[in-house]
Amino acid sequence: MSSNVYIAGLGVISGIGNNVAEHLASFEKGEAGMADITLLKTRYQQEIPVAEVKLTNTQLAEKAGMPDKLSRTALLSMIAAKEALADAAIENITSWRTGFVSANTVGGMDKTEDFFAEFLNDPQSGDLQNVVNHECGSVTELVADSLGIQNYVTTISTACSSSANAIFYGARLIRNGLLDVVVAGGVDSLTRFTLNGFNTLMILDRQFCKPFDENRQGLNLGEGAGYLVLVSEKVAESLTKKPYARLSGYQNSNDAYHQTASSPDGTGPYLAMKGALEKSCLKPTDIDYINLHGTGTNNNDQSEGIAVKRLFDPVYPKMSSTKSFTGHTLGASGGVEAVFSVLAIQHGIIYPNLRFDTPMHELPFTPAREFMNGQQVNHVMSNSFGFGGNCTSLIFSKI
Amino acid sequence: MRAYIRSAASISAQNTFGNVLFLEELIEYQSSRLKVIEPDYRNYIDPKLIRRMSRIIRMGVAAAKECLQQGNVTQPDAIITGTAYGCLEDTGVFLSRMIEQQEEALSPTAFIQSTHNTVAAQIALMLQCHQYNNTFVHKGFSFESALLDAVMLLQEQEAKNILVGAADELTDASFAILNRFDPYKKEAVSNLNLYQSNSPGTIAGEGTAFFLLGADSAPNDLAVLEGLETFYKPTTADEIAQRIQQFLSANDLKPEYIDVVLTGKNGDRQTAQSIDEWTEQLFSSDKVINYKHLSGEYPTASSFALWLAVNMVKQQLIPKGVSKADNHKSIKRILIANQYKNKYYSLMLVSAV
Repeated sequence: MSSNVYIAGLGVISGIGNNVAEHLASFEKGEAGMADITLLKTRYQQEIPVAEVKLTNTQLAEKAGMPDKLSRTALLSMIAAKEALADAAIENITSWRTGFVSANTVGGMDKTEDFFAEFLNDPQSGDLQNVVNHECGSVTELVADSLGIQNYVTTISTACSSSANAIFYGARLIRNGLLDVVVAGGVDSLTRFTLNGFNTLMILDRQFCKPFDENRQGLNLGEGAGYLVLVSEKVAESLTKKPYARLSGYQNSNDAYHQTASSPDGTGPYLAMKGALEKSCLKPTDIDYINLHGTGTNNNDQSEGIAVKRLFDPVYPKMSSTKSFTGHTLGASGGVEAVFSVLAIQHGIIYPNLRFDTPMHELPFTPAREFMNGQQVNHVMSNSFGFGGNCTSLIFSKI
Repeated sequence: MRAYIRSAASISAQNTFGNVLFLEELIEYQSSRLKVIEPDYRNYIDPKLIRRMSRIIRMGVAAAKECLQQGNVTQPDAIITGTAYGCLEDTGVFLSRMIEQQEEALSPTAFIQSTHNTVAAQIALMLQCHQYNNTFVHKGFSFESALLDAVMLLQEQEAKNILVGAADELTDASFAILNRFDPYKKEAVSNLNLYQSNSPGTIAGEGTAFFLLGADSAPNDLAVLEGLETFYKPTTADEIAQRIQQFLSANDLKPEYIDVVLTGKNGDRQTAQSIDEWTEQLFSSDKVINYKHLSGEYPTASSFALWLAVNMVKQQLIPKGVSKADNHKSIKRILIANQYKNKYYSLMLVSAV
């Protein structure tokens, strides 16, 4: 049970790039992905900025090698999962027990909302092809089928911590000896459903978001997918390329405070970070970088900030919210940011927290403001917190 | 693996919830849609909260609380749920208003409660439980994934008592949409004669079941979960028979050591053919029984099957209307061999304490 789980491959797509290399370039240039909405059909096109993946479904389908009638969620998932598997370059993958553990929050909702408009007019109308893959699990299954992964396939949905939970569930499947290789992470595409949902909560910034800033006004939504290829020690030994890192700690805790709001004392975030540290046998001072959940809402950043203070004071690691680049990719964020966390270790880089200006009055620390390379990054903590109090922290460590 | 099942609670289309005799009288439906019998939620949930909760949240939370009460545990070490469709009612409400009101003047309540983890989250909130909390949403494997997560947590010694369950609801809209894919019977059929219908389609169902799993045995355990496996898209009945034999061998068992086999037969003529084939290959016919005439068909119906199996080994009784013949033999081991849409197969081995 104490066996290591290694990260052998990475794949990511978001508003700042269609693959790992494009993401690294955007980070270095400090280019955020937020802009006016161009692809999502909504009345808020000129009003609410989001970080869209700048490809139409037809373009995504071509990259994914899937039909363009499928949910955008499945297309994004396939592109990132394929990149991760190609990157891992595992020879004879069919000889290993391979699983796909994915996460999302609204499945094929982008198609369902088109279907539902017609269905509401007449219960016999609406193209059934637009609703057949509504379920979260359907999206995972479409991708697993296309990847040819059959040994074990499942889907997790715990709001914005979904794919962090998928990654650590995948790692546990390996540690328990049930699988050798797991492609784990998550995806979400922008939908009117989520845009309107977050809009009713009045937590969408009309400008580009400013995580951890005293004057933050809310979050920007994003879309994307991020996957890690997790491998057992045995598989890692067989690889020609050295794995990037190992997953050294993880913890899932519940804030148990409110369905959508985070507790002011950061109970859930604190327990998640503390538990992950304990599991990794590390001290707070061992952490070199925290990829914050940092949505940019008043509530999250306050709660997460207090939790960081409780755990790390007085010596703070470098920190930033990469949501200042990608927007909040919801169910994908844990996967997308796990990729960024591993890249930070691999390349010795720290990402800037864009648009940070004024420190929060209740916090004694500030996030990183500049892109930094040449850093010694041995241990990275990645935070993902969601509705329902679902809080998960992961720790990635240099090998 | 051994996971001790301390307690089990189910809200279903039959009288299964609370202090009732074990399926003493079955309820007959003449419809292709079975709805759950809802209990008086005021015994479980603050009335102010009940009003705000949609049906799936109410039934999930009530079943979870009843299960904890029966198991005499106030704080589980983990809460894990499975749901294929999630909170359909809230999703439908928000979606409809968004479309009808053209994305304007919407209230957040339905959106807030539409996320798939709402049931697990509401349980945590009511218990003030800060422990591990997870939700699986993988179609016909949603409950099985939750159960595997629980079993692994026990093996990892991360938890001693785990609350694990499943919930799925059917709404008017989801029934209307699903019906257009033709999964349900066109003719009126009695659920009590489901397997004699010899026509295509099944009857729709919904429900919730929760279980308290423990790592070590305790005096009042109901049953033991000794094995769990899923397999996806088997192509032939032979392949299914082979998977079952492998599963049994892995548990040092042979088909003849199984006292009862609970299949996922759902009244659909074609599905029945395959199930008849592998059951005939492996088991004598008097051992083979079905359950979906009680619960209806839905992606997490296997949670109802587990509730049924647990009660059968505990009470050493196969209820009338479930067994084919009087069966007075002792029930040591039950194999649940569920199928959903002929695609999602799961095996659960349940034994007497």
